[in-house]
Amino acid sequence: MKPGRVFFSAWAIAVILFMYVPILVVALFSFNSANFGSVWRGFTLQWYGSLLSNEKVLSCLSNSMLLAVTSTAISTVVGSLLGLALARFTFKLKPAVELLMFVPVIVPDVVLAIGLVSFYALIRSFTGLLDLGFGAMLLGHVTFQIPFIAIVVRARALKIGRFVEEAAVDLGATPFQALRYVILPLTAPGVVAGALLGFTLSLDDFVVSFFTSGPGSMTLPVFIYSSVKRGITPEINAVSTIMLVFSILLTLTSLRFQRGTDKS
Amino acid sequence: MNPRKRSPLDIVKTALIFPGTAWLFTFVAAPLLGVLALSVMQRGNYGEIIPALTLENYTRLIGFGSFGFDPIYLRILFQTLTLSISSTLLCVVMGLPLTFWIASLKQPLRTIMLVVVIIPFWTNLLVRTYAWQIILGPTSPVSSLGQFLGVLAPETGFYPGSVAMLMGLLCDYLPYFVLPVFTSVERIDWRIWEAACDLGAGSASAFRHAVLPQITPGILAGVTLVFIPSLGQFVVPDLLGGARTMLIGNSIAQQFGAARDWPFGAAIASAQIVFALLVMTWLKRKQAMEGL
Repeated sequence: MKPGRVFFSAWAIAVILFMYVPILVVALFSFNSANFGSVWRGFTLQWYGSLLSNEKVLSCLSNSMLLAVTSTAISTVVGSLLGLALARFTFKLKPAVELLMFVPVIVPDVVLAIGLVSFYALIRSFTGLLDLGFGAMLLGHVTFQIPFIAIVVRARALKIGRFVEEAAVDLGATPFQALRYVILPLTAPGVVAGALLGFTLSLDDFVVSFFTSGPGSMTLPVFIYSSVKRGITPEINAVSTIMLVFSILLTLTSLRFQRGTDKS
Repeated sequence: MNPRKRSPLDIVKTALIFPGTAWLFTFVAAPLLGVLALSVMQRGNYGEIIPALTLENYTRLIGFGSFGFDPIYLRILFQTLTLSISSTLLCVVMGLPLTFWIASLKQPLRTIMLVVVIIPFWTNLLVRTYAWQIILGPTSPVSSLGQFLGVLAPETGFYPGSVAMLMGLLCDYLPYFVLPVFTSVERIDWRIWEAACDLGAGSASAFRHAVLPQITPGILAGVTLVFIPSLGQFVVPDLLGGARTMLIGNSIAQQFGAARDWPFGAAIASAQIVFALLVMTWLKRKQAMEGL
């Protein structure tokens, strides 16, 4: 190997390690027997054990799960339909929709969150509905999930190509039958991959949840945030490590399904 | 009206297009327009919103508040820009060689390394951010080294402060840069580079004229995905900046929280929205959105 090549590889590997430093440090310190601080005092599993009896953590966990499951169910339907529509049709509002899809990706979370909060306040002043809490969080989560799911499903649908459905229609299928029996089964891996990513996004979201949550609807990331504000404890590191591991598993599964996309 | 009778295809088409389009218009377009509208309204004495048009919030933003000239928000804007620009530049310096390195690997190592880079992108940003409190806190080995070298005063750490915020931003947004850039690096036609070398170009000049133009759209997309969201980052200044640090992101949050001045918060957010939209339209013209 040429010296240039060695330096190049070392640089790249160092950058990757840098990206993993925070993840590894949180995981490491979740096993630290010291109560606080950044000094290592020895290995323990006690913080994971004490989580099981921490009612606050368990109730936040169940809120997070309920929110992630319901929001993913809604956004998978809406986002997949939109992804298919963007892959297949041209329509008058298409450029506007494509722009709006990138807004939650590019506009800072805080801006989207305070936009939703103001919008809810406006609706509330007319109808009395949409108090901050589970419902408000649900609408917010579906909103930032839709673009990601639509993008993944669109990519899959574009790869299938038009000729399959044209063949189905030539063979006498109605447009609905072509959609139900040909297009949907072929896009299914994209839908699953998108749903898994949507689920991960919902579970990990902090900013939108923080601004739209109400009393009794605290999610795990909001709980982590308020605990970190008081000081990092090994117990919080343990909660965070479980969340990190869970996200990593979900992402790997989603990538599996997306890779299926590449092969066909 | 369309004189043609609605065919089954039209029904399917509407069923696909309508729900998502309606959702995005209701929960993305309407709230953002609402923020723009809110930014030209007034705040009442008790934090309530008075729907009377004013430009006061914007004049306050550029320094002309009710107590004379005080460029506090210009200073916040300047600090935010400095930090975002530095983290974006560092992302390019650190990330660009990484994308070329991954693209140069043979399968299956290439896919594996790409997955390794994608994973942090999908893990909890809040957790990856607060981790820097541990890594750079006053008692951490890194800060001890800083104290030893005299870069830091005794008993202090790189956290809280600008160094911690920079590390947090860099680590959070590196994947946002690497992924779109990798997509374009992967598609580079190296024959153009070979041709340039055959025609006598040095390797630097061949890179500049035969490779760089091919990946410019990817780099523009990556830079945007780092720069714009980092301008409004709320978690990083809040958790890593320390008590006195104010950046755009947490000053918006402050107006909607403790300060209860929604119209002014909306004015700061509006400036962000307009800036993001301008960049997006510019990128669209440069065709840089394809890689996303």
